[in-house]
Amino acid sequence: MERTSDILKGKRIKVLVAKLGLDGHDRGAKVVARALKDAGMEVIYTGIRQTPEMVVEAAMQEDVDVIGVSILSGAHLSLMERLMKLLKENKMNDIPVFLGGTIPLPDIPKLKELGIDEIFLPGTPLHTIVEYTVKAANRRRK
Amino acid sequence: MTKLFNSDSIEKIKKELEKWEKECLPKSLERYKERMEKFTTLSGIEVKRLYTPVDIKDYDYSARIGLPGMYPFTRGIHATMYRGRLWTMRMFSGYGAPEDTNRRLKFLIEHGETGLSLAFDYPTLVGLDSDHPLARGEVGICGVAVDSLWDMQIIFDGIYMGDVTTNMTINPPAPVLLSMYVATAESQGVPYNQIGGTTQNDPLKEFIAQKSYVFPPEPAVKIAMDVVEWSVKNLPKWNPISISGYHIREAGSDAVQEIAFTIADGIAYVRHLIERGMDVDSFAPRLSFFFDCHINFFEEIAKFRAARRMWAKIMKEWFNAKKERSLWMRFHTQTAGVSLTAQQPYNNIIRTTIEALAAVLGGTQSLHTNALDEPYRVPSEFAAKIALRTQQIIAYETGVADTVDPLAGSYYVEWLTDEIEERAWRYIDRIERMGGMIEAVKKGYPQREITETSYRFQREVEEGKRFIVGVNIFVEEEEEEIRNVPLLDINQEEVENRQIERLKKLRQTRDKSRVETCLSKLRRAAEKGENIIPYVLNAVKALATLGEIMDTLKEVYGEWREPPIF
Repeated sequence: MERTSDILKGKRIKVLVAKLGLDGHDRGAKVVARALKDAGMEVIYTGIRQTPEMVVEAAMQEDVDVIGVSILSGAHLSLMERLMKLLKENKMNDIPVFLGGTIPLPDIPKLKELGIDEIFLPGTPLHTIVEYTVKAANRRRK
Repeated sequence: MTKLFNSDSIEKIKKELEKWEKECLPKSLERYKERMEKFTTLSGIEVKRLYTPVDIKDYDYSARIGLPGMYPFTRGIHATMYRGRLWTMRMFSGYGAPEDTNRRLKFLIEHGETGLSLAFDYPTLVGLDSDHPLARGEVGICGVAVDSLWDMQIIFDGIYMGDVTTNMTINPPAPVLLSMYVATAESQGVPYNQIGGTTQNDPLKEFIAQKSYVFPPEPAVKIAMDVVEWSVKNLPKWNPISISGYHIREAGSDAVQEIAFTIADGIAYVRHLIERGMDVDSFAPRLSFFFDCHINFFEEIAKFRAARRMWAKIMKEWFNAKKERSLWMRFHTQTAGVSLTAQQPYNNIIRTTIEALAAVLGGTQSLHTNALDEPYRVPSEFAAKIALRTQQIIAYETGVADTVDPLAGSYYVEWLTDEIEERAWRYIDRIERMGGMIEAVKKGYPQREITETSYRFQREVEEGKRFIVGVNIFVEEEEEEIRNVPLLDINQEEVENRQIERLKKLRQTRDKSRVETCLSKLRRAAEKGENIIPYVLNAVKALATLGEIMDTLKEVYGEWREPPIF
């Protein structure tokens, strides 16, 4: 896999991978976190059962370039609405947010409207997520 | 020793094999290069081109295969298996408010389901009431919301609990949900000896895989074993624990790890109960299991056969169990949710069919078949019915249930059963050396093993070493199909509000001082290390809520926080 440290000059890309909500399905989040790390990024994984407040706090403390959220409980609309609102209130809405999980297609336009940058559905190859994250981080740093 | 083949026959077969390799095989290989350099099962076991009697030449039939209903139970726990009684068709279901789930249960019963299985929403699974801040947006989505005895009574409104058995997938709050079930059955006039069903109540796999833990490992096991002890004494038809490999597999383990970790969990529970002073034969017949059935057909069948043989051996030789029933590994199976794809979702019907067939050929006691729309949401009526019909077709049309363990004696299946067993023993040995599963869990050992295996699998898919139709082979760019799948419509806000309203009403109408007395008695019992179930049951009857009871227990036992490793 391409090393992102070669692509992005200067500081390593820092990503927060968060499990938002009560569901314990952490397989996807961990696989993505591992792939981002293998690609040379610094990855902070929150562990499960995070509230929107906890995710915003972690993103602020760690000063991350990108936030990745995983939800497999079906509660994505309500949880992401609150997360995006909190990011805005904290003037952190320049941080690109991507979302993965069991997301039915009709929900995608609603999630995009909330300001979520990218939504990765089940079956997305890891390199697609890695490439996206590099681009998103670069875009923000420009 | 009952050898399957005499040495003369084996010698003759070996010679024939040599001839075949020299004369027959090269021509074939020349014409068709084999599709892969190396064929492996999902667990990474290398599969040979051909299996013959030579692969099982030293096989002791009586000791390793035997007869159904007899030790070592490789061929099944009952002598006649499905000729006498088919497996229980038990569809995992629950969504929305209790009223919605009551309707769904009646729908499934009407269409021939033979056992019930309740899916709870996330707040319920982790012991929070619907009006808790963390429950916002989650109430009624992944399963049914249950806050108090009232909700359980609504779920079973019009369903006589003396006539059905119910599985409840519930872990840390198992004492509470069991108490609600028992109290509801009582209110219907069902005597204790007719209350049948299962509480999952398997805390160790929560830390390993399912991650709906609440209490730290030791108290979690203590509470779960309270459920076992109390049920064994009070509910003769109840399965108080369902030792589960399903979630371990779904979290990314392979088939070998699935049975090894599950059996190691089982060993930890048996030890705990014996340490309590219980006779092994008093509780062992009530222990039940739950496995995944994935898509690698023969490996799954071999896995079930190997697991059954291992458990019988452990109970007999390690724990000296005397009753035949104590040696039985009775298990429920669910087809692999993780094998389903969001892409081309109708293909999921086919995957589920193949997996269900493997579960039946593996000798399962009950079965849930996943619905085609489950990569998206809890199933619609339409999809749930097809899933149920899948089992009915296997049972009534195919003839696979007409003879016992039809794949026994297959050179490949017997070889693979042995191979899986041997690999699983190696894991169990390692866990034993760590001091048993509770210690292994605290060290994060099974968690790390699963993380490694799931990452490796994902890489193999991406490198084209494993194929998933619609994902990395036969991919369709613009899929009409996805858009045409009718998904279940849950009005989440409405459900959440309804539950919150009901809680308000409950808190206004119940006898507050009775609730407080029950909760403080529960706290004292927990502090003293008593069996908590009678106190939970009293609290439930006094209309204490799930959250209140769980909060009381958290004050005594503390809460578990997992270090986030990946």
